[in-house]
Amino acid sequence: PHRTRRDAQPGAAPTMNCRAEVLEVSVEGRQVEEAMLAVLHTVLLHRSTGKFHYKKEGTYSIGTVGTQDVDCDFIDFAYVRVSSEELDRALRKAVGEFKDALRSSGSDGMGQISLEFYQKKKSRWPFSDECIPWELWTIKVNVVNLANEQERQICREKVGEKLCEKIINIVEVMNRHEYLPKMPTQSEVDNVFDTSLKDVQPYLYKISYQITDSLGTSVTTTMRRLIKDTLAL
Amino acid sequence: AMDTDLSSQDRKDLDKFIKFFALKTVQVIVQARLGEKICTRSSSSPTGSDWFNLAIKDIPEVTHEAKKALAGQLPAVGRSMCVEISLKTSEGDSMELEIWCLEMNEKCDKEIKVSYTVYNRLSLLLKSLLAITRVTPAYRLSRKQGHEYVILYRIYFGEVQLSGLGEGFQTVRVGTVGTPVGTITLSCAYRINLAFMSTRQFERTPPIMGIIIDHFVDRPYPSSSPMHPCNYRAGEDNGAVYPSVEDSQEVCTTSFSTSPPSQCVFTVTKAHFQTPPPVVTDTLKVPVMGLAFSHQLSSSRLSYQPAALGVGSADVGYPVLFAGGLNAAHPHQLIGPGKEGGVPPIPSQPAHGTQADQERMCTPLDGVHYSAATPSSSEDTETVSNSSEGKCGSPHDLLETIFIRKVGAFVNKPINQVTMANLDIPFAMFAPKNVELEDNDPMVNPPDSPETESPLQGSLHSEGSSGSSTGNTHDDFVMIDFKPAFSKDDILPMDLGTFYREFQNPPQLSSLSIDIGAQSMAEDLDSLPEKLAVHEKNVKEFDAFVETLQ
Repeated sequence: PHRTRRDAQPGAAPTMNCRAEVLEVSVEGRQVEEAMLAVLHTVLLHRSTGKFHYKKEGTYSIGTVGTQDVDCDFIDFAYVRVSSEELDRALRKAVGEFKDALRSSGSDGMGQISLEFYQKKKSRWPFSDECIPWELWTIKVNVVNLANEQERQICREKVGEKLCEKIINIVEVMNRHEYLPKMPTQSEVDNVFDTSLKDVQPYLYKISYQITDSLGTSVTTTMRRLIKDTLAL
Repeated sequence: AMDTDLSSQDRKDLDKFIKFFALKTVQVIVQARLGEKICTRSSSSPTGSDWFNLAIKDIPEVTHEAKKALAGQLPAVGRSMCVEISLKTSEGDSMELEIWCLEMNEKCDKEIKVSYTVYNRLSLLLKSLLAITRVTPAYRLSRKQGHEYVILYRIYFGEVQLSGLGEGFQTVRVGTVGTPVGTITLSCAYRINLAFMSTRQFERTPPIMGIIIDHFVDRPYPSSSPMHPCNYRAGEDNGAVYPSVEDSQEVCTTSFSTSPPSQCVFTVTKAHFQTPPPVVTDTLKVPVMGLAFSHQLSSSRLSYQPAALGVGSADVGYPVLFAGGLNAAHPHQLIGPGKEGGVPPIPSQPAHGTQADQERMCTPLDGVHYSAATPSSSEDTETVSNSSEGKCGSPHDLLETIFIRKVGAFVNKPINQVTMANLDIPFAMFAPKNVELEDNDPMVNPPDSPETESPLQGSLHSEGSSGSSTGNTHDDFVMIDFKPAFSKDDILPMDLGTFYREFQNPPQLSSLSIDIGAQSMAEDLDSLPEKLAVHEKNVKEFDAFVETLQ
């Protein structure tokens, strides 16, 4: 089961309307990366378009998004991702850091990784640009240690089944057709989309994670950035 | 009254979208059941033929089947397009696994913009379909097809028939898109009591072509196309003539506008491509370890035509999955013909080669017929020698009996093989030397599990745990857990976080506001003559001032 939190005022301005989805998985240590990639790629598949090409009179055309199947090695599972090596690399890097942080945090093995979609709102000097989130996906991870090979085999299948459920959940949310940023003009496109990739164009996103140490307190590794954002003037 | 709300151009566009959406839906579903990994490339420049901005290949046979089933109609209330996925064992028994339904209901969304919002939402729905087709049980089954069973598809149009799915089937909704003429819904009903047919059972006899599949999976992408056949070549002796694909292909060129959507320019043009001659569309050449085979997707002309050894083709195709090896001694001989000839419902016949098992694979039902998603092995009676114990009650029993048969040379871990000296196995020299019975392999038959509780049970099987919230106890509109550094949570009403949130968005100064920029430019322009007049009057003072500066 996943939980959705909704805005109390459905018609509110975008600044106040960020939907949040929480997914939870329990996996073995070696399954963390693949499970996270599966979820993140599935979300980004739905939140990426082809590259925009602006023409005159404010019209634009959209490039083509290719897709490919990915088989997991440690989970009985396969998922579809956008065909973009750059995007895959970016996600792998973030997930790799998350996995390392989980491993080095101690034996508890609990943490969460978040994928946030945001819009940039340019402010005039002396205010810095704001990042206004409009959708937040949080994956809570619980790492288990298994005793023997038979359990690992069961775990492969069980986690595969769980991930199938997660994909269905994600698709459900996507199908609600709730708030999406308005299609931007050429001058605004970088405030809505990440145009740095050469073959696809995801909505602006950022990935952050938290590890819960054994004391139950969360240590946010994006703390530095948060401070910067909070106090930036 | 409904039609007057929708302009005729919008109506035409909408019908076109729905038509191509239906065709692409079928492609995605069938391709997801072929048993191989799909891969298409992203392209930053729009090519004009990628509907919904997604790179989804069109297998001509599949398009043909879909168009035939639709017969020029579109999904409407009571007229749904269904893609039925079923499994057929080498014994000939079949079982429906899934029904994918593209339906239309009466709920209209008059306000929605056709050429903009509907199009984008259809694109999103196709992405969801790509994702969902990998998570139903039939996906894993289809990836392991080839030697004991194949996966077939059938397209029909009309009323949805779910009775073949057995009791307790489950439904997953892929998504919906509202349009001015109704709401499109896409869902899948799938059989669940194949849980006993867990993929582990099939792993005991690994596919004979396991090696081949890996060969293709690891193949680096050629410059023009990754894993899919980009051209189709006819088999050398194949005289089959496929009903010709249309010479022109409808191309979707889209331009979107960021100003009010009503200004969206959407053009659909008919472009004439140079299509290969019709005969091209019905065979795929697959280089397989130096041998080239051609197979046809449509079961009406199922034949295996191995070319001479050593002749390879440059084309990459779908890995050919079939049971049993080839008769290497007679490279041009076709493999075990089906017993029943029968008159195929489709007029064209292969000039040479055997008929597929027409009775079993093609059961015309109101003009509808089966097509194989991959070549069927059911005709390979030579190698499926031990498996017939008559038809058993449940497919489960059938599959059990299949395990006793012989397997060919390129199997990873052959089981139950009497002796490697059985030279009636083709390519016996390629067979692995060490025969290790899988029954003794602990990886396949794990030892009995200990009684002790493992952490696995606690964490994985707990359905009810929904976890704690992220810490934000307020249920008002700020959803993100915003924890400013050095602030305390418990002082009300004005902690640093609240302060920051409230004063985070001061109203913009109008002169700095970009939105008003456009407006005030007009005003600025209007007021220019006045300003110029004023400056003209004081021109002497300005000149004097400039002098002092120099």
